[in-house]
Amino acid sequence: MQDFMDTLDLAFRLVLSGDRDLAEIVLLSMRVNCLAVLIACAIGLPSGALLAVLRFPGRTALVVLVNALMGLPPVVVGLLLYMLLSRGGPLGVMELLYTPWAMIIAQVILVTPIVTALSRQSISELHNEYDEQLRSLDLRTYQVIGTLLWDCRYNLLTVALAGFGRAVAEVGAVLIVGGNINHVTRIMTTTISLETSKGNLELALALGIILLSISLLVNLGVISLRATAARSAYA
Amino acid sequence: MPETPPPSLFPLRVRELVFRANGRCLIDHISMVLEEGPRTLILGPNGAGKSLLLRLLHGLVQPTSGELRWGECAPAPPARDRQAMVFQRPILLRRSAVANLRHALRHRGLRGAPLRCRAAGWLERAELSEYTHHPARQLSVGEQQRLALARALSCLPDILFLDEPTANLDPISTLKIERLILQAHAEGTAIIMVTHDLGQARRLGEQILFLHRGRLEEQGPGKLFFKKPASARAHEFLAGGLIL
Repeated sequence: MQDFMDTLDLAFRLVLSGDRDLAEIVLLSMRVNCLAVLIACAIGLPSGALLAVLRFPGRTALVVLVNALMGLPPVVVGLLLYMLLSRGGPLGVMELLYTPWAMIIAQVILVTPIVTALSRQSISELHNEYDEQLRSLDLRTYQVIGTLLWDCRYNLLTVALAGFGRAVAEVGAVLIVGGNINHVTRIMTTTISLETSKGNLELALALGIILLSISLLVNLGVISLRATAARSAYA
Repeated sequence: MPETPPPSLFPLRVRELVFRANGRCLIDHISMVLEEGPRTLILGPNGAGKSLLLRLLHGLVQPTSGELRWGECAPAPPARDRQAMVFQRPILLRRSAVANLRHALRHRGLRGAPLRCRAAGWLERAELSEYTHHPARQLSVGEQQRLALARALSCLPDILFLDEPTANLDPISTLKIERLILQAHAEGTAIIMVTHDLGQARRLGEQILFLHRGRLEEQGPGKLFFKKPASARAHEFLAGGLIL
């Protein structure tokens, strides 16, 4: 117990000291996670809206597939991406392996299905409600999608947050394609994993504290935003 | 350069219109001709197919067979953008009152000052100016329905469909809605409206379509229909009986 408290104490000191290496790891993590979520949203939100609005053969199968992809095991994604990006692989010439971009690609693959599936669900519900009115207004498909995306915006914020949650907590895929190289591809989760196995618990725990705080802050921000929306009955 | 007015949507010719769902014939071979002038009210007991007929006319639902022909031009002009519809439960966007109008007007091709002007003007006509920036879905039911009606009318449709717009509304809200409908009609918008409020049908109906079990039982001028309905079922309906 004493050990645990000592470690915790040291970890907090490390967080407050503003350690250079620590800051570097945190910043790189945020860069990778945020970019991955942004790209995933840019792909996933319109795809989710299309799946919600369009009726075409094979749509149900596609919806089932996307829902299943939400549970992609990160290590498998990491492995497949590793094979694609490694020297001998089809994308080897791009020399992306062990770079932050490899990690971003891995997280985009993991987060996009989440954003697509969840946004399809909430847009679909809104579409059911709006359908007759929008058809009565004689809108084109892209106008329907624009209207639905905008009116769903507060729900979609939560969707993006769910994607961010997956990205920020993920370790399996980024560890394989990033390699956890010091000063290059070392992010919070991979460092925690490495430092724990090395027995360097202070640094691991310090990063854990920061990781939790970031999650907490982002959630708090979104919840307060949604509360404002609910008050004005936009939600 | 003055634009040539688009060809009239009337007369509307409906021929052998049928709509089947799950093996049941919900609209059963309706044929009729509607002229532009009179306000048309569709009456009938619950389940007669009134709302469905309205949706078929508006094009929200595709008929199983039969045809609709708007006006004299063949093939039929793409009529939906010259029509508007108000539903029994107003469907409003999760935006402010004025944003709901702007959304509809933008898709009618309006931009900038004319758009703002038209939106503000119709809010005023619907007596909703004080709620301009109010979230639409926080308005009272009567105000929401007025907003939906203002949105429909702001697009200056040639023809307005209304599906029991005043069901569940208090008398004052009903009066305001009826006034807007009468004004719109006076300004040249054709009115086709479903109601099961007989009083309202008497007040507004210049022409009555009486439906029963998906069939058009009777079509005639309002005055005549209320005084001397031709069919026994309409007679029973007006007398307040349950017709089966």
